[in-house]
Order: sequence, then C-alpha cells, then structure tokens
Amino acid sequence: MVNLSVRLADVELKNPIIPASGTFGYGREFAEFYDLNLLGSFSFKGTTAQARFGNEQPRIAETPSGMLNAVGLQNPGVNAVIDQELPNMAKLFRGPLIANVGGFSVDEYAENCRKLDACDQVSLLEVNISCPNVHCGGRNFGSDPQSAAEVTRAVKAVTHKPVFMKLTPNVTDIAEIARACEDAGADGVCLINTLLGMRIDLNSRRPLLANRTGGLSGPAVFPVAVRMVWDVYEAVNIPIIGCGGVTSAEDAVEMMLAGAAAVEVGAANLKDPFACKKIVDALPDLCERLGVTEISRLTGTAHR
Amino acid sequence: MTDHIFTLEHVRPLTADTYELVLSGDGTAFTRPGQFVNIELPGKFLRRPISVASWTNDGVLLIVRTAGRGTRELVCFTPGTQFNLLTGLGNGFDPSEGGAHPILIGGGVGVAPLYGLAQVLLNRGVTPTVALGFRTARDAFYLEEFAQLGCRVFVSTENGSLGVKGFVTDCVSAAPECGYAFVCGPTPMLRAVYGLDRLTGGQYSFEARMACGFGACMGCTIHTANGPKRVCKDGPVFRKEEIVW
Repeated sequence: MVNLSVRLADVELKNPIIPASGTFGYGREFAEFYDLNLLGSFSFKGTTAQARFGNEQPRIAETPSGMLNAVGLQNPGVNAVIDQELPNMAKLFRGPLIANVGGFSVDEYAENCRKLDACDQVSLLEVNISCPNVHCGGRNFGSDPQSAAEVTRAVKAVTHKPVFMKLTPNVTDIAEIARACEDAGADGVCLINTLLGMRIDLNSRRPLLANRTGGLSGPAVFPVAVRMVWDVYEAVNIPIIGCGGVTSAEDAVEMMLAGAAAVEVGAANLKDPFACKKIVDALPDLCERLGVTEISRLTGTAHR
Repeated sequence: MTDHIFTLEHVRPLTADTYELVLSGDGTAFTRPGQFVNIELPGKFLRRPISVASWTNDGVLLIVRTAGRGTRELVCFTPGTQFNLLTGLGNGFDPSEGGAHPILIGGGVGVAPLYGLAQVLLNRGVTPTVALGFRTARDAFYLEEFAQLGCRVFVSTENGSLGVKGFVTDCVSAAPECGYAFVCGPTPMLRAVYGLDRLTGGQYSFEARMACGFGACMGCTIHTANGPKRVCKDGPVFRKEEIVW
C-alpha cells in the first residue's frame, strides 16, 4: 500500500495532484466526468476584485506540443466567487481548496486575500503574480524581486492561511524571485505559470491572438518547468508546487524528484478531461514499480 | 458530455475542401441538433471541434471543412481508424421555438448542423424552408440531401454560378411566410441575417477558437446581452435577443 499523501505548509493533501488554476474553472464541468474528491486539491479560476471579461477573441492558439492562451483572467469578481462559486465548490469537493488570487495593485491583492481568508472552504492562497495576459502599466509583480516581496508581505499581513506565490518563468533568474518571496514570509511557491509566446496567421499576416501574445502551456514547457523547479529547490526551504506541462504520472513523479512537494496539472485537463483522474489512478503502481512507499519522500531526491 | 472511442466508417468528398465523415460509436450523449464533438487527433495537442450534421445512438455524421493542418489530416484517415471523441458537447438548437414555418439559413460548412435540425423538425411535423449560401457552384453540397428530406431549398452563390447571385440573405425574401430563422455560418453571414428586419426571431450558431470544448478554459467566451458566455458550453447556439455584435 503506497502512501500518496503530501503536505503543503500545514495543509495535508491525500495525493499530490492538483488541477491548475484556469484549466479547471470552478470544477463544475469536470464533475460531469468524474468525482472530484479523488483529487489532492484543486486551484480554482484566478480571482480579481472586479468582474473581468478578459481579452477579446481569439484567445486560443495551438502550438507544437502545447497551446497558447490569452484568456486574461476572466472571472466574476471576488464577491461573486465567494457568494456563488464557493458554496457550489464545497458541494463538489470536500478536500482542501486552493484559491488563486490575481490583482492589479498591492492593495488589491491584499483586499482579495483578506476576503478569501474569511472563507472556511479555502485552505490555501495561491497568489498569482505572473499572469502574462493582463497589462498593468507594464508592471508585472512577479518579474521583480522587490515587487514580488511587496505583494507577499501585504498578503501575509491579512491572512492566517498558507500563502503560495505563483511565479512566472518569464524572468532571468526565477530562484532570485522565489528567495525574495521566502524572505518576505511566503509559505511556499508555485511554478511555473505560462511562458510568453506568439503565433502569426499567414493569411492575415497578423498575430493569431487578439491580445497578440499569450501564455504557452502543455508538454512543450515541461522540461523548462522541471529545470526551474530544480533551481528554486536549490534556493529556498519552503515547499514548491511544481506546474507546467505535466500529462502523466511519470511527469508528476519527475517534477517531485526535481523538488516539488505537490504537482499541478494544467493544459492536460483541456485535452483530456480525465487527465487528473488517470494520473491519480496510475500513481500507486508507478510508486510500487519505483520501490517507493511514501510518495512525499520523492521530493527533491534528484538533488544529490 | 463523455468520451468514447469511435471508428471511422467512411469519408466522402463533397467539394474540393469539404468532406462527409461517418463514424460509428456511442452517440447516446447527443440531445439536440447543433451540438458538436471534439476529436483527438494523433500528434495534435488540442482536439478539433466539429459540429454534428446528424446522429444516431450508434454513430455520427460529420461534415468537415479542411481549414488547417489538423482537419486536412482528419479527412485522410482510412476507414477503420479509431478516434477518441468528446460527445454531446454544447447547447444546440431548440426546435420547439421555430413555429410552423421556420427557415434554416446556412453558409458554407455551417450547413452541417442544419441537416440534423431539418430531420428533427420533420419528425415534429414541421417542414422547414432551407436557404443555403456558397461561394460558387463548386462549393455547394447537400442540396440533394435536403431536397430528399422534403424541404424547399433555396441556394445562392456569390458569382451566380448556381441559384440566386449574391448572398444567402438574398434568398430569404423568396420565403415571405418564414419569420423565424435557425442560422449557422461564418460571422459576417450571421450578422447579415441578424440585420434582416423580416426575421423577428431566431437562433444563431457561433464559431470560436476553443481549447477544451466543455466549458473549463473560458477560451471561447463572447459578449452577450446576458454577460460573458462560453461558445462551447452556453452556446454554440444563442437566441437572437442574447446576441451582441
């Protein structure tokens, strides 16, 4: 019998598999395919203070081994999420929920987190300082250690829940950003968000996405994510949620070997709605094959 | 919504870039014409959303236009090839709202879901009028199939090589008794039909680039009078009153 449970700060998950924010909505659509309670957790759609439509169409483009999205944080706003979506999510999923929080200013991040801190269904806050598809005066909180630390401090001041900062790969040194978050009090980090990319239509000779650029995800980014998790594991002592291009149980274990305590699955959910279920189902056999009785002991073991 | 393995039974070219595909497999998830499938293709990360022309409990009829690499490959597979399909996707046409004299208006490959809709309407005792628009006579397909169902069929081509010269909107005046339209085609055509004062009501099927096809990623969201709506889940069919251009 393999023990699949893992810990993120003081939150225990029954297994390390977490659908990534923005690929799982509020769980409703996936609950039509399988019982969500088999998941370790799930990170629901990024929440901002105001309702957002997001970017104009088109927002999706295919790439070799992946896809670009430029949805742009479509969500009904934090109050509607708390009043309407959270009660419904509590019916679909009894485990610990992760609230993904967006913002356009330090104050907005703090205010959104303060509101979500009051919600019992939310076990952990994942603060998105890395969305490539929204423009806040050219400022991207996750691409500078000082502003990443500033958001971390502001959020930590208003919540007792564990705070994980979601980091962008679109930086020179992601370990430096992770260290700044740790020093500012973050309980963990989650990486990577999508890589900035573009496709151009040959007929119109214009970028395919209305937003021009979008975030690359899918198997194409997996080795980039593994490398960045590796780098951050060497740099910090807080737990890491590994994310980026995971499509199989083998990928999830590889991410853990690089240093992840738990693993988010994103674009794979959009290709195969059963992706997370298949990964969770395959983990016990894979662990047995690898001679592992407690999956949590895999974390970081490639570093030797 | 569910996923099933389907087997390709046959492929028939209808025009230079449009093909009819019959696949056998579990079709019980479909409830309305205008719904679609999302097909997994080897070597492609995203599935390809294709509207269903017609279905039974044992299979689907698809009409595919080869718009890009994925659909070009799809029509080249040999019978016997198996595919994973998500079925029963989307919110299709509501056939109960068309009254006694509905008109089905289609452009290009948008003709596809109107075929299944015509079958459902006929089963309900309503004989729809059908107006189909194509670029040229060479691009036209399914005129015979609609006629065989017993529908009155009007056709337009942009160069006049078949039927009325012009656009499908030019056919509509020939059917003055029709006030309610079921519409599927390219966005400029939807807009032109929407602008016809004679048509008091209708349902319009929209297209969008999408990733999941089942409402999770919000990649295909459009503006409507009732707020943001997902083409794949809340649509692809929207009522005329909901539409915002």
